Amino acid sequence: MKLSGWGRFPVSECRVEAVRCEADVLALIGKGDVIARGNGRAYGDSAANALCTIDMRRMNRMIAFDASSGQLTAESGALLGDVIDTFLPRGWFLSVTPGAKFVSLGGAIAADVHGKNHHKDGSFGSFVDWIEICGADGQVRRCSRTENADLFAWTLGGMGLTGVILRAAFRLRQVESGWIRQTLIPAVNLDAAMEIFEASQDATYSVAWIDCLARGRSQGRSLVMLGEHALAAELPRHRQSNPFDTGNRAKRSVPFDLPRMLLNSLTVEAFNDLYYWNGKRKAGQVLVDWDSYFYPLDALLQWNRIYGKRGFAQFQCVLPLEASKSGLTALLSAIADEGGGSFLAVLKRFGAQNGNISFPMPGYTLALDFPVSPRNLTLLEELDAIVLAHGGRFYLAKDSRMSRETFHRSEPRSDNFSKFRGNEDMQQHFRSAQSDRLGL
Amino acid sequence: MSTEAPKGSVLVLGARSDIGLAVAHRFARQGYAIQLAARNCSSLAADCADIALRYGIAVTAHEFDVLATAGHEAFVAALPELPIIAVSAVGTMGKQDDNERDMAAAITDIRSNFEGPAIILAVLANHFVARGSGTLVGISSVAGLRGRATNYVYGSAKAGFTAFLSGLRNRLAKQGVHVVTVLPGFVDTRMTAGMDLPAKLTAQPAEVADAIAVAVSKQRNVIYVRWMWRYIMLIIRHIPEGIFKKMKI
Repeated sequence: MKLSGWGRFPVSECRVEAVRCEADVLALIGKGDVIARGNGRAYGDSAANALCTIDMRRMNRMIAFDASSGQLTAESGALLGDVIDTFLPRGWFLSVTPGAKFVSLGGAIAADVHGKNHHKDGSFGSFVDWIEICGADGQVRRCSRTENADLFAWTLGGMGLTGVILRAAFRLRQVESGWIRQTLIPAVNLDAAMEIFEASQDATYSVAWIDCLARGRSQGRSLVMLGEHALAAELPRHRQSNPFDTGNRAKRSVPFDLPRMLLNSLTVEAFNDLYYWNGKRKAGQVLVDWDSYFYPLDALLQWNRIYGKRGFAQFQCVLPLEASKSGLTALLSAIADEGGGSFLAVLKRFGAQNGNISFPMPGYTLALDFPVSPRNLTLLEELDAIVLAHGGRFYLAKDSRMSRETFHRSEPRSDNFSKFRGNEDMQQHFRSAQSDRLGL
Repeated sequence: MSTEAPKGSVLVLGARSDIGLAVAHRFARQGYAIQLAARNCSSLAADCADIALRYGIAVTAHEFDVLATAGHEAFVAALPELPIIAVSAVGTMGKQDDNERDMAAAITDIRSNFEGPAIILAVLANHFVARGSGTLVGISSVAGLRGRATNYVYGSAKAGFTAFLSGLRNRLAKQGVHVVTVLPGFVDTRMTAGMDLPAKLTAQPAEVADAIAVAVSKQRNVIYVRWMWRYIMLIIRHIPEGIFKKMKI
């Protein structure tokens, strides 16, 4: 069947095998190369294999929960959103969550996803206690920081290339409510935004929406959003008796592919202006429900259709701290010069790196998306070059078009990854369209 | 975790199927206790644990072979409590070619789609009538609305089951027991794995479960899951036989 990531680009023809239990997975191993696929929320071709893509969505059982440690054991197809639905009413939330809740546990581990608390708590992997993974020899191994530690460190961020993740145990965090105390701080330009991030290292959550089209003295103008889990006592009186009930957020869906004309530099510029001034007006502290705070786009089901039929390409890089300012300035200038228009641009300060091949490093990450067009694909190559010149690297969960050369120049760690995979006979057995493209 | 008073139990027959499991999750979320019935029911332990952990309700697994009709009465008697809702998600879809050559295969298909599900619902119906309440849900198929060369063995068994449900509903209407007939159309399940189904006409198991939960609470009689199917089948049923017999659909 035709398969693509959430960006709907590229599309490829793949044989898909849905599995329901461990035995189903074992039956597919050793008959040619495979890749596991969770809920298909990686943007590009990370979870596509023409010969055999293993659909893990039906292997989504929750296995056990230890309320003393907050440790949840679940099968890898379980969605993070289901974890929230089940455990938030009992006072637990994800320790790390990406900006989309329709992500599977296996996908979160394979991409070692990060959230708005990366500067403080690290990535998803920091809270994973162990992983059970099916290897090339059809054996299921448990790996953790103390057992098969190498396998554990390469599986976090390893994009499913170390085997099929079957189950994992990970820790949730205790919260007193389903609400986030959000502080919104406008930043007139990039300098100001970075200063706010540096001064807000103690905030649990921090993230900024950044206007990529602003130029001159306003270049990099942003709305920085800090957040803390609200304590029950901080809620308005009428919410205190039911602190986890935030009501049901209305779900809307984009019913069809929007015409491409709707998104051009003028409409995006107007949107950005409005968004910035509206945000500035609302500066200060408000209570926001968890769903709107962490997953603003999930309320718009199938939001990927706003980019039209040809889909879109995501771009997310991280720049080392010392090169962040010059690198971000160069990236923003290139984007504004082209006027390509990305209205969902996000800036965030990362903290320490963990794992052997995880994406984050201390510094700044910038995430953008562009409708797929020849012009934008050229712009993306320019952005690649700027990131390379500043010693940065790229997020594979969002990549759909990077060249092999760019990848290898950005990832000196990939040699060791290939060596490890070669020793364990993984290269023959676990491959994706992305790993083939990047020569991983 | 549910803090409401126990609502009674929902019995899911054919609980290992994708639709059966989705139905179990759907009703468990509403706070019902769940009885999962299938062959080799010990292999449902992981699903029992999953449903109990997610929804904080009681889940039990029960050995059940739909073809062993002589044991149906004993099966119902052995349940921990008489369910308030029973859903039959039992069924098989053999290959039409096999069913044409191998009569034993055809018989199994007919029995597991018609005889078995009809008899277990008939047994449950009598218990529900004695109590004076309950809802029976039979998952039948649009394939039962007109026999086609590509799957008429399966289709004719489903046609029998649909007629049985219709008659049962008619009989029980004045006795406080409601019967829902579900004609799902294409569903993305193990049964249809490998078939090239049109995405717009293909429901997810959770959609079928949602439709069933709504039909139960609103006392609907016959439901389709995706609305297009009602009209597709209306057209297919009205094609004159002289033309239909030459068509390839």
